[in-house]
Amino acid sequence: MTELTFGIAHIAAMTAAQLSRSTKYIAFALLLSLAACGGDHNESSGGQPPAASGEPMSIKGSDTMVILGQKWAETYMKKNSGTRIQISGGGSGTGIVALINGTTDICQASRPMKKSEREKVKAKYGHDVLEIPVAKDGIAVYVHADNPIREITMQQLEKIYTGEISNWRDLGGANQRIIVFGRENSSGTYGFFMEHVLRDKDFGAAVQTLPGTAAVVNAVSEETKAIGYGGDAYSTGVRALAIKKDSAAQAIAPGEVSIMTGTYPIARDLYFYIGKEFKGAEKEFVEWVMSEEGQGIVKKVGYYPIPKKKLAPPDSTAADTAKTASK
Amino acid sequence: MAEAIIESMPLSRQVRTNPAAKNADAAARVAITAVAVFALAIIFLILIFIFKEAKDVFFDAKKRDQVLPTLFMMPANENQAVWTPISKNPKYSLMPMLLGTLKTTLVAMFIAIPISVLAAIYTACFAPRWVREIVKPAIELLAGFPSVVLGFFALIAIAGFMQRLTGADYRLNAIVGGIAVSLTAIPIIFTIAEDALSAVPKAMQEASYGLGATEWETAFYIVLPAAYPGIFAGILLGLGRAFGETLIVLLAAGNALIVSWDFLVPTKTLTATIGAEMGEVVYGDTHYNVLFLIGVFLFVFSVIINSIAEFYVKGRLMKKFSGAA
Repeated sequence: MTELTFGIAHIAAMTAAQLSRSTKYIAFALLLSLAACGGDHNESSGGQPPAASGEPMSIKGSDTMVILGQKWAETYMKKNSGTRIQISGGGSGTGIVALINGTTDICQASRPMKKSEREKVKAKYGHDVLEIPVAKDGIAVYVHADNPIREITMQQLEKIYTGEISNWRDLGGANQRIIVFGRENSSGTYGFFMEHVLRDKDFGAAVQTLPGTAAVVNAVSEETKAIGYGGDAYSTGVRALAIKKDSAAQAIAPGEVSIMTGTYPIARDLYFYIGKEFKGAEKEFVEWVMSEEGQGIVKKVGYYPIPKKKLAPPDSTAADTAKTASK
Repeated sequence: MAEAIIESMPLSRQVRTNPAAKNADAAARVAITAVAVFALAIIFLILIFIFKEAKDVFFDAKKRDQVLPTLFMMPANENQAVWTPISKNPKYSLMPMLLGTLKTTLVAMFIAIPISVLAAIYTACFAPRWVREIVKPAIELLAGFPSVVLGFFALIAIAGFMQRLTGADYRLNAIVGGIAVSLTAIPIIFTIAEDALSAVPKAMQEASYGLGATEWETAFYIVLPAAYPGIFAGILLGLGRAFGETLIVLLAAGNALIVSWDFLVPTKTLTATIGAEMGEVVYGDTHYNVLFLIGVFLFVFSVIINSIAEFYVKGRLMKKFSGAA
């Protein structure tokens, strides 16, 4: 039954290219999807991003953050009946491109923007992009519930994903091949994992890629020899391993305290990026997101709030720099 | 081409005196020509579009230096990934996907050809009329099955069964994917093969019976060879269908880019790579161009296969064989 959801996640994660009967249709689907992209580009040349007045505020980006964004938008729209907010996914990369093209007001990203991307945003809007960490997420490493392994070091994890270790025996488990699951290469989680766990080495060839964390969790729950990674919020039906920074360090399980304080080794911030001048509806929304109520929703969805001390009101610091930069 | 078809119509025979009818004729002709041209134009535009999006791989010096040296590279060891577009040191080797497509297609054809051809022989030569009238539409119905359903079925039912049967480490692999893909090729091959077998002139069979051949001998030594070009065309079209299949392999073949002839390791095909990565790729990136290059490969493959089926087999072989009949 769980595989059913796995399949659904698959379908949901896929866009135009898959319902194809033959290559001809793939080509056609690509044409359509790219025609859509082309439209975006044209719009960007107009200069004025949408949602200035009357149009809904659009928030686009990370698939990891879609549920979070939706919950925020739902609650916020209930409170402020005049505001309309549209949330869409597509991946952090897609969201950033949309921001660069001016087709979204807020970009959600599960990774910090790259330098080249920041430069493009600056070229488009004339000032630096405004980066606001809105939640924290821990990347949990999952194994099947029957797996005797309880903890793992970062080095072992790196070796499993680069393919150097391929048997559970090397970790003190049974003499069985490790079935390694990961994410598609355009996902923010993939990039984060590659940077922080593999230290920029390449994933091994045998890593089976799946679209979405839910798909990874389901695949791991079906397979006793499997290992996978993904957002801590999703780890139901599988066991999340405790992680050691190195073999001498203490093993730390992912959890609210360890992720918020940063002792859990693979935690990350989730960001909002805003390109245009920070004011009006967007500003009100972001301020609400950073408020007690907005951060409470973060917890309900399964991520972790930004620690209080980091909770500087975005208007006083970041927005000011954005304004000065625009002058 | 469309013009030519219209031109060849026996217009001269339409001796009409009513000018209104003449105008209606002319309008209809224009409309039909436009539709035909439109269909052709769409195919052309798709072709141009795909090539345009892929061309940077060859014409942009920086991208060319990045992509071409690694395009067909083999991994140094079995762990090394050779398709790593998001990496400090990107590699764009198509070898694992080419091999993946080859493996799943081979498995699919290995299953589909015997089943569909034998089934076609049964319905065309042995089955009573009423059985044929049930079996044929039933198999053809399979062609209309959404491939996502077949992929699902493979993921849930076939994968577990095959793992128990083969004891493979990986639940999802080229065999599971290939079996599911064969379900899409079977109805195509069956239908075309069945039509070809039924089209063999009755006189040939009767002559065979008259010479004392049994039903079985007639089917295998007379009807089957006579229908060979049609069956071959069906196999080619089934092949085109099998290697173009995306969703099934994406769901059921395991999605790992391993360069290996082992059929029991997870596999990702050319189509599945496009399907999985196109959605989130950075527009205009090298990665994006290479995904379109894969599209170009697929386009060329399918044009070749379909052309052989269409022009060589249907055009030449069939004429030759039916001429002999």
